Amino acid sequence: MQRNPQLNANGELQHLLSIEGLPREILLQILDTAESFAGVTEREVKKVPLLRGKSVFNLFFEPSTRTRTTFEIAAKRLSADVINLNIAVSSATKGESLLDTVANLSAMQADIFVVRHASSGAPFLIARHVKPHEHVVNAGDGRHAHPTQGLLDLYTIRHYKKDFTRLVVGIVGDVLHSRVARSLIHGLTTLGVPEVRVIGPQTLMPLGVEGLGVRVFNDMRAGLKDCDVVVMLRLQNERMRGALLPSAQEFFKHYGLTEDKLAAARNDAIVMHPGPMNRGVEIDSTVADGPHSVILPQVTFGIAVRMAVMSIVAGN
Amino acid sequence: MRIQIRNARVVDPASGRDGVGDVYVADGRIAEEFGKPDRVIDAKGLVLAPGFVDLAARLREPGFEYKATLESELDAALAGGVTSLACPPDTDPPLDEPGLVDMLRRRARALSRARVHPIGALTLKLEGQALTEMGQLTDAGCVAFSQGNAAMPDSQVLWRALQYASTFGYKVWLRAEDPALARGGVAHDGEMATRLGLPGIPPFAETIALGTLIELVRATGARVHVCRLSSAGAVELVRKAKAEKLPLTCDVAIHHLHLSEMDLGYFDSQCRLEPPLRSQRDRDALARAAAEGVVDCLVSDHTPVDEDGKHLPFAEAEPGATGLELLLPLALKWGEAHELPLAATLARISTEPAKILGLDAARVAPGAPADLAIFDPRAAFRVAPQTLKSQGKNTPFLGYELFGRVRYTLVAGNVVYEA
Repeated sequence: MQRNPQLNANGELQHLLSIEGLPREILLQILDTAESFAGVTEREVKKVPLLRGKSVFNLFFEPSTRTRTTFEIAAKRLSADVINLNIAVSSATKGESLLDTVANLSAMQADIFVVRHASSGAPFLIARHVKPHEHVVNAGDGRHAHPTQGLLDLYTIRHYKKDFTRLVVGIVGDVLHSRVARSLIHGLTTLGVPEVRVIGPQTLMPLGVEGLGVRVFNDMRAGLKDCDVVVMLRLQNERMRGALLPSAQEFFKHYGLTEDKLAAARNDAIVMHPGPMNRGVEIDSTVADGPHSVILPQVTFGIAVRMAVMSIVAGN
Repeated sequence: MRIQIRNARVVDPASGRDGVGDVYVADGRIAEEFGKPDRVIDAKGLVLAPGFVDLAARLREPGFEYKATLESELDAALAGGVTSLACPPDTDPPLDEPGLVDMLRRRARALSRARVHPIGALTLKLEGQALTEMGQLTDAGCVAFSQGNAAMPDSQVLWRALQYASTFGYKVWLRAEDPALARGGVAHDGEMATRLGLPGIPPFAETIALGTLIELVRATGARVHVCRLSSAGAVELVRKAKAEKLPLTCDVAIHHLHLSEMDLGYFDSQCRLEPPLRSQRDRDALARAAAEGVVDCLVSDHTPVDEDGKHLPFAEAEPGATGLELLLPLALKWGEAHELPLAATLARISTEPAKILGLDAARVAPGAPADLAIFDPRAAFRVAPQTLKSQGKNTPFLGYELFGRVRYTLVAGNVVYEA
């Protein structure tokens, strides 16, 4: 097996491609750094000069508003120059290859590439071909990983629950297609969470998911029992009717988070969602807007976490 | 040209012979001892064996000449000691009409390198709907009929194709994969695909299709060769079918004897293969079945792919690996791991595939065609792009140290390769 491609020869974070394989120390370094940036976002002048003169290229081969925007804000708060490329509607449709696109942008003096791509592993391919001083941050690749989302989820959990080593975390919904779930599972197991559960129908569970260190529940109430943290996953529209699920309504009946089902979790449980939410499909509005929900703080924390990631990789 | 090959360790799987001796070649055939040879080859320390026979080698002509040419790939064959090969019909256009087959054979013959045995398309354009003119294709030189890697989505057509082939005794070579169950998949549906977030192909995509195929063999009596098994379950189905004396044979690709899903590592597109690399348990079952003879032969599944086809995210990368030059070293590595006598190892890449092709070759005995490979089984080399003659440098084994280098290859009594 090759060396972990996201670490440099000194074992420091060169690229952020996946949470899997990152040591606990690096995860904590990112979370601690993010905490130090959280203050910045509340100041009147929301900027630090850490990436002044650096260029961050947002390379989105798949459309995204939220993730791209939070990366852009994070880079600007670090004083970097940000260039947004919506490649889903430019080069790719003209037939230019992924590596040619990256080589061209590299010739424009990029320092950090933030990449989202519909194919699992695309950021690994890019990381293998960039120059030594360039850094790749994965902003979501296929079903594989969404490490900054996983990190902001970890940040949120630590913010509200302090100690990872006593938690029960339930992740609910479409685990099969979810890069968010995969990244979060690796993060939670690395930081010592004793029980991570995935909850959903068999059609939305990847084969052998137990191998990632989770317990599988098909019954939502049983799965939520005594959970400290409930993470709801997004269900894509095109998967709501077909061979995987009969309808959004039926999904909601079994796996939609209602106050009634949430009652099985602990009284002080927090409810998370990576967004964008489908109200009435994954989650009932009374829960999404209720006292357990930390869905909006997640978004705020996301900026600090992405600042932390970009400043750390740029410094290594 | 009359050639005397001296002091070789002669290994002939057909007769079981394994001992040092001299071999004489005259008029394209192996001859009885004679004096005054035109050339003497001193093969001390080398193994002389029947030239290797590869049942799956894509030469990329017609249609994909930018990936490889007949010339480059037949050179690769000789460098690998392969003297006869069968090429699947998934060219562009596919080998579905006699003119194309005839052209391919003429081109190959003009190059006078390895012998090329085209496999005709079973259905027009490989679309799985209408049968090709198998009679005319046979007259043009097709040795069997196949879909290549294309699917056979309609069981009714498959049934009729086997009935028709059985009527005239044509052989049908097929991969077993249910196209609906495999749809969208790019890797074994297991722990690795789950971790990497790659869409999976479950093993039962193979066993269900193989079960159908075996039922249809039973119903039609067609002679079927199952290409490139990938799972332990498929091995068991073949074992049972053979115990029943059904006219069924099968092969496995050399990659699948040595690699598993774990080798995908961090999305290594060199491991994007069809069928996919499966679990270590599957790999071990295939390797054992080949040692036991349930799997009849090993094939290179040679598929040259250009760099652009591999420098892509895993799922988008073109499947396949170059293999003609690695067939011998990887077979030796497998044979050694299973402590097989050299003759038994070589049988899997010479006598057994020759039987399936119906060739009068692959034996070292007076009168047999002098298609021979002479190799040094202990010569080590590191697999690197510059060590490969094939235009395709794509192989998961890049960087591996392997043993077994071919020194001379003879086809029809001519020394067509020496190194």
